[in-house]
Amino acid sequence: MGEASVEHTHGHHMDPVVEYKSSKLGMWLFLGTEILLFGGLFAAYAIFRAKYPEMFFEQHVELNKKLGAVNTCILIFSSLTMAMGVSAIQRGKQKATAILILITILCGLAFGVVKYFEYSAKFHHHIYPDTSIFFSLYFMMTGLHMLHVFIGLAILAVIMVLTLKGKFTAKYNTPVEVGGLYWHLVDLIWIYLFPLLYLIG
Amino acid sequence: MATHSHTEEHHITSNKTYIIVWVALMVMTAITVYVSYINFGMLNIVIALVVASIKASIVALYFMHLKFEDSITWVFALFPLSLLALLIGMTITDTFTRTIVP
Repeated sequence: MGEASVEHTHGHHMDPVVEYKSSKLGMWLFLGTEILLFGGLFAAYAIFRAKYPEMFFEQHVELNKKLGAVNTCILIFSSLTMAMGVSAIQRGKQKATAILILITILCGLAFGVVKYFEYSAKFHHHIYPDTSIFFSLYFMMTGLHMLHVFIGLAILAVIMVLTLKGKFTAKYNTPVEVGGLYWHLVDLIWIYLFPLLYLIG
Repeated sequence: MATHSHTEEHHITSNKTYIIVWVALMVMTAITVYVSYINFGMLNIVIALVVASIKASIVALYFMHLKFEDSITWVFALFPLSLLALLIGMTITDTFTRTIVP
């Protein structure tokens, strides 16, 4: 994404349509590697769950289903505002885009706050990543996801500032759309993490 | 790409569509949470994963615009999923066909 904007300020060496399409394709390729990064953990989850079903059943009840559900709602709502933000910039509405991205950022922060309370409740009950394979997977999967939320928030903050500076228009908005794709992936992964960790044991 | 004479041909999804998609996602979230309180045995896992996959598909198709992308983007989006299926499928097959437990 940084590259796309650098290219842009240096003048077009590429046809804008080609630049737009290849940026987006590059992002999809990157998202594929992200899915496979999490895929390793999902594979580990599948094996250990099948090997130790009792442990997964007994320990998953320790997780707070309600907080997990709240976070799911927060992330889905943030995906909605992000998607609406991309539509807004495609229509050239810079102010609306900045506001929608701000709401997305606030949702991401709220997700982090809920996660903070969840983790501290676990630590309070002396549950740590080395407590069991289940909690090892829980902390690793949600922790890696949380890292992605933080990276997404940094990307969104940059995009919001650039939007306010008037860098994006109805004609040029590739970073907004590509940044949006990253944020939706964060939502996509949580859609699987929530039922696998909190709901089924 | 060269055949496209028009320069800017974005499909802009309406906010109405997005809100319908959002409502659908919320309803499905409510269903999975509700179902998790009932014991269907192994069926619980199946229901949870099927609903999650429907939700993920909707997010990809609408929020991520996949529905309006060209075929090469579809290949880029779906190919990692086949690798993922291979990864999990092969690992599970290996783990559960071993006679000696490692």
